[in-house]
Amino acid sequence: MNRLPLLIGRRLWQLLPIIVFATFVVFALLQLVPGDPAVTLAGDYASKERIEEIRQIYGLDRPLIVQYGTWLWHAAQGDLGRSLLSSAPVLDLIMQRLPNTILIAVYALVIAGIIGIPLGVLAATRVGSRLDAFVTSIASLGVALPSFWLAILLVANFSLALHWFPATGAQPITVDPAAALLHATLPAVALAVGVIAELARQVRSALIEVLGSQYYRTLRAKGLNPAAMLWRHGLRNVSVTLLTIVGLQVNRLFSGAVVIEAVFAVPGAGQLVAYSAINKDFPVVQGVVLVLVVIVILVNLTVDVLSALLDPRAAEA
Amino acid sequence: MTALAEHSPIRPRSRAARLWRWMRSDVRAVLAIAYLAVLVIVSLFAPLIAPYSPLEQNVANLLLPPSWEHWLGTDDLGRDVLSRLIWGAPNSLYASLLAVGVAIALGVPTGLIIGFVGGWFDEIVSRFIDALLSFPPIVLAIAVTGALGIGLTNAMLSVGFVFAPFLARLVRAQTLTVKNALYVDAARGFGASTAHIIVKHIVPNAIQPVIVQVTLMLAIALLAEASLSFLSLGVQPPAASWGGMLARAYNYIEIAPAQMYAPGFAILLTALAFNALGESMRVALDPTMKRR
Repeated sequence: MNRLPLLIGRRLWQLLPIIVFATFVVFALLQLVPGDPAVTLAGDYASKERIEEIRQIYGLDRPLIVQYGTWLWHAAQGDLGRSLLSSAPVLDLIMQRLPNTILIAVYALVIAGIIGIPLGVLAATRVGSRLDAFVTSIASLGVALPSFWLAILLVANFSLALHWFPATGAQPITVDPAAALLHATLPAVALAVGVIAELARQVRSALIEVLGSQYYRTLRAKGLNPAAMLWRHGLRNVSVTLLTIVGLQVNRLFSGAVVIEAVFAVPGAGQLVAYSAINKDFPVVQGVVLVLVVIVILVNLTVDVLSALLDPRAAEA
Repeated sequence: MTALAEHSPIRPRSRAARLWRWMRSDVRAVLAIAYLAVLVIVSLFAPLIAPYSPLEQNVANLLLPPSWEHWLGTDDLGRDVLSRLIWGAPNSLYASLLAVGVAIALGVPTGLIIGFVGGWFDEIVSRFIDALLSFPPIVLAIAVTGALGIGLTNAMLSVGFVFAPFLARLVRAQTLTVKNALYVDAARGFGASTAHIIVKHIVPNAIQPVIVQVTLMLAIALLAEASLSFLSLGVQPPAASWGGMLARAYNYIEIAPAQMYAPGFAILLTALAFNALGESMRVALDPTMKRR
């Protein structure tokens, strides 16, 4: 068990270049803006003195690599600058909204797991059957379905027509968990559909591979109970693949959340980044992108470590 | 339909017969191609096909339900929805092709070069690709669009940039497997130049999964365009786009609920068609997945 710290340490070491490059990409976003970064950061209608002041504060007259180092140093301490629109600290803005996004994303992942994994298992154990064809076509549909359109349809039917769920807004889960879940249900369902499709597809193909393998056939020849075999040998061998797939879905969830939050007027991180991008509030855009990419990298680190614990072969890699 | 008969040299089939045979064996692909062909024609001839101008406003006809004059009704400014749907097609196709084109232009050469050169250069660029793949794609695309300036072309350049690392990684992996093949060694033995080897041997042998991936990417690009236009980062009003139409319709969902169907179906069907085409190509091009 004491190989765990070693494992985490090694993964972190491997992740280091990725973290450096990813943060550099976030930093470089500002450089993509046409024109002088100092003018951009000073906002509209800034005086010449203000622009010069900004240049001094951010050190924009120094070499790019020094600017990056300074920015990263501040970011690591939680200083992501201030919003150009509200002049509130960027980190505060993000932290107010991030819980709403996380709630929807986790909720969606749970829904997707409960529906998507059994669908994949059912299809894999009955390859070529009608059920398999049904699951495969549902999966194709789910991948092509624009999630925000589904969100609109859900609002039309379950909020406006049936009044089952609130159409807009969010509630903090710490205050009233029931109300929070009620508000998050439709956004989570809209977000989950694409993930359900992906999970069902991947679980199906991974399990088909295991079921066709030599050792599985040997076990079957020994006359083991098929249901127990599926559970003990089939799904267990799929679990590592499953973990990796779930890790990859985090990206999809955050991407989808941006648009879904707009439909349901959820004050989340996605809405913040879209609003800030339209209104040229670049420190906020950079802040949100940075926080989300750090979350994705941490989730993947966790997935890596868990996979290594589940499957000793993965630890060697 | 035995494999023997299919590859028999004795009875070579005519081109038409083989085409017919393929069409019957893969109805899904035929439907997808037919739908996309219609979409391309509609896009090219939108000005001739659309019954009204997509921009013509009419305050007397706000949010009308479907009728003989306006098959899909009118929007909140009295514009004909069918005409806007038709004019949205070229924008959506342009957006998908532009994004995927950018992804190919950036991703394929990068993947080829790092796969071929290898060593520390490959190591560094691959880590950079991993870093780019860590970003939630739409979030990064929004950020890049915001930096470049909002609008359809910038939005799709951003989406293409976000897609490029996926292609680069795929092409790199393909290049690595092909690079050590015997025929490449043979070509090198005959004194072929690196450029010759890449163009004549590596590209043709590594390209098939890339073609499949590119087709599937068209669907993702279409959905990305719709999302970004829905968020008003893509196609700018008054120009028509399916995502933008949904955003407008959503504002009036309680008055004119029927308006949210047509643009959504247009996006769904087009994405399905690209995906179906990609999946069929995967089966057709993959030698290990022989005819069912």
